[in-house]
Amino acid sequence: MIALFYKSWWKVLTVILLLYTILGGFLMPVPKLPILHETIRNMNFHVALWFAMMIILTFSVVYSIRYLRNPTPQNDDFAVETANVGIVIGMLGITTGSIWARFTWGDWWVQDPKLNGAAVAMLIYLAYLILRGSLPDQQQRARISAIYNIFAYGMLIPLLYILPRLKGVDSLHPGQGGNPGFSAYDLDNNLRKVFYPAVFGWTLLGLWIASLRIRIRMVEHTLSEKMAVNG
Amino acid sequence: MCKKLIVALVAILASSNLWAQNAGGDIEMADAMRANGMIYVVVAVAAVVMIGLLAFVFATDRKISRVEKELKEK
Repeated sequence: MIALFYKSWWKVLTVILLLYTILGGFLMPVPKLPILHETIRNMNFHVALWFAMMIILTFSVVYSIRYLRNPTPQNDDFAVETANVGIVIGMLGITTGSIWARFTWGDWWVQDPKLNGAAVAMLIYLAYLILRGSLPDQQQRARISAIYNIFAYGMLIPLLYILPRLKGVDSLHPGQGGNPGFSAYDLDNNLRKVFYPAVFGWTLLGLWIASLRIRIRMVEHTLSEKMAVNG
Repeated sequence: MCKKLIVALVAILASSNLWAQNAGGDIEMADAMRANGMIYVVVAVAAVVMIGLLAFVFATDRKISRVEKELKEK
């Protein structure tokens, strides 16, 4: 994994995919739907960002589990920096969703299980960062926050994917409570041609930024080791 | 292998959609950027923003590489 940090091919791929996302996202033909109109193009930004967040937070929980099996500072660095990027992307997801909601549903925020679930999920992840900040001992911080991260990820799935879909739950958000799902748009081939590269591109960008922050942490570890040796 | 992958991907992406544009109209010329309510201007702006941010991430990447190299030499 570390060796990949220094390879440039996937960074080039990130740039290509994201430029394609911008160009294709704005210019490709889209299905003509009432209420949504051109805003369906947000699929490549708002929805793709949420997909990217899920993938990146999955990376995070995997490295938390790896930390518990093999407690190295590096596993902890991976877990916390992927969580950081995931949280930033989640915040962007909430903000972009709010703008979209204002102009299609008529309000910045509606009392909707999907929206509130996403907000609660974000708060749970913010608490992860606060928990880390409150523990001064490095090993204790890494171990306790790894365990918390597993619980946070465990809450993310029901909050975003199960509770909003329960029978009897009403939701404006597509894919929930009897609303036409993502699959209804997914059938459109033009949309799919940009959407999947967009998910991939946003995910790679997130991982790229996480890799940079992990490298900074590794430099800091080396520095503090040298300081300890030199007194 | 990776380079081939990138080349193949570019080829696929480039060939999947080609946007034909209606030249002509009444008087105005070189209309590509003015077509469809000038949406292409917005596309250009968004593309520049994206390129700028990606270039910044790339520059940060290089900077960290330099620090890492310095640290190794010391």
